Amino acid sequence: MSAVAQSTRGSTKGKPPKERGLHAGQGRQGLLLVAPTLVFLAIIIIYPLLRAIYLSFQKDEGLDPATKLFVSGGSAGLSNYTHWLLQKCGNVDCPPGTIGALFYDALWVTLFFTAVSVIIEVLLGIWFAMIMNRDFKGRGLVRAAILIPWAIPTAVTAKLWYFIFAYDGIANRLLGGVGISPRLWTSDPWSAKFAIIIADVWKTTPFMALLILAGLQLIPGDVYEAAQIDGASKWQTFVRITLPLVKVPLMVAVLFRTLDVLRIYDLPAILTQGAGGTTSLSMLVINQIRQGGFNNASALSTLVFLLIAFTAFLFIRFGGADVIQRPPSSKKKKDQEPAVGNPVAANATSMGA
Amino acid sequence: MTAATTTTAPPASGRTEAQEIHFKSDRNAKIRMYLGLAALVIWGLAPFYWMVVTAFRDVGYTFDTTPWPTHVTLDNFRTAFSTDRGNHFGDALVHSIIIGIVTTAVAMLVGVFASYALARLNFPGKYVVLGIILGSSMFPGVALVTPLFKLFGDLGWLTGANYQALIIPNISFALPLTIYTLTAFLAEMPWELEESARIDGCTPGQAFRKIMLPLAAPGLFTTAILAFIASWNEYLLAQQFSTKQTQTVTVAIAAFTGAQPHQEPYTAVMAAGTIVTVPLILMVLVFQRAIVSGLTAGGVKG
Repeated sequence: MSAVAQSTRGSTKGKPPKERGLHAGQGRQGLLLVAPTLVFLAIIIIYPLLRAIYLSFQKDEGLDPATKLFVSGGSAGLSNYTHWLLQKCGNVDCPPGTIGALFYDALWVTLFFTAVSVIIEVLLGIWFAMIMNRDFKGRGLVRAAILIPWAIPTAVTAKLWYFIFAYDGIANRLLGGVGISPRLWTSDPWSAKFAIIIADVWKTTPFMALLILAGLQLIPGDVYEAAQIDGASKWQTFVRITLPLVKVPLMVAVLFRTLDVLRIYDLPAILTQGAGGTTSLSMLVINQIRQGGFNNASALSTLVFLLIAFTAFLFIRFGGADVIQRPPSSKKKKDQEPAVGNPVAANATSMGA
Repeated sequence: MTAATTTTAPPASGRTEAQEIHFKSDRNAKIRMYLGLAALVIWGLAPFYWMVVTAFRDVGYTFDTTPWPTHVTLDNFRTAFSTDRGNHFGDALVHSIIIGIVTTAVAMLVGVFASYALARLNFPGKYVVLGIILGSSMFPGVALVTPLFKLFGDLGWLTGANYQALIIPNISFALPLTIYTLTAFLAEMPWELEESARIDGCTPGQAFRKIMLPLAAPGLFTTAILAFIASWNEYLLAQQFSTKQTQTVTVAIAAFTGAQPHQEPYTAVMAAGTIVTVPLILMVLVFQRAIVSGLTAGGVKG
């Protein structure tokens, strides 16, 4: 690993050209240049986050379930959080069917989407990348073709699969052709879950494949030649050479896809509208807002944020997803292959969704 | 994929048996590769093709399974643009274009400065800044809805033609993407040329305009396309904050209503979907190489 990693280390990111000395004033200049960006992010990301946290400790307007009196705000303590985490509406358990009682269902189904989608996308993505990592004619056509699902707006993707999965639609017709009875893709509990996963996998696997492919193309050919001379089988070559060398870009891609599915909204909101138990956490927040429970919704969205932040922390701390590549000298980590790819672009079509 | 069946042709003259075996396994590998590539093309094209074909089908033949419409019609496109059922798809197209262009322009302008600093300068807190930018890209949009509702509501932006209620969040979503992509491009630029140009007597302005800008143009252009696509495709906040005067295409398509309640206007929705997708697909077709290298941050050569 280490010897190979040495030869593939080639990240120039974030390193000023060596021959230029550190200009005086570079520090101040740099800070000035990034200031506008930071201001934007502060106004739209950081301030709202803090405000949502503040709101989550405020009472919603309405009848206090405990006292039966109308309250307009005031401090709620942790009651908005216990509402979700302990399923408490006031001092009693939330009645089944109310939004408050759906938290653990939404959490479970969101985690289910995440695990299944990401696992399928990794396996298919590696396979796609291996196919494309050869010399062939028509490279541009293949690349353009697999970029199409990525470019289609998720809202349109959802409508398109809604049509494909209609009862009389092409999916049931094709299944009928091989003797499988038609199913209610957008309302039956298991079918609906897999309808969403299929649409998600269709849309984002190509992207995963391109990131993995970029990693593959950094592997020098002579490594494979050496393996061939040493008589390694195809499987050994894949497991011992290819996988370790694409590990970092793969982990980064997996991290970003995981965080992306954890906040999934567009697909279930349009494709199934939550039918068959497909209400994701983000959808639950929006449903709560529509009922006028802003502060309760803020508590829930803060929980979603914490879930995502915690997941990111786990990945970066234990999963080796090196999302920010520091110059190799500045960190105690030794021998790291450059993380390849622009996982941020994965969200280009599902920004904030 | 199934392994390709080989046709056992008699050995062509002029090859030894060993060569023949090698040639065959080589040919099999090639056949397998092209089968795999065909699978990829079908993966990307088939559902999209189904949408386009359905867009041209007569509404009475919505669920036909013929690979091309037996009754070709443009009615669905007319239906998509008609406003007599409370749909305003035509207006939504205009709104999305306005929002997309402004978002892209501002995100590029702000992002270019930050990217230059991140790619070329050393400054204190550089990795903190990178961390904030990456963290923002992972941020769940749904956590912005309530606070921004309050903020924009107080500012009176949630009524009428207040595009900024959609543009400002879109910019902050597009910024991490823009900066990440541009930083990768700028880090790979041959900056020595700038100094050579200065030594040859160019002014800093000339060196930038005549040498660096043309070199950076593909990267800038690709990034702009990515930012525009991101803005064009945004749904969650657009659904929450848009009004009749600012409704975007994604919201319009998701909310498309048919002639009667509970009757899904599939063909018209597919027509609308085709209209909003085809420009993006054309961009992807024309600039696919640049887009892929942008997506993979310059990792792909060729």
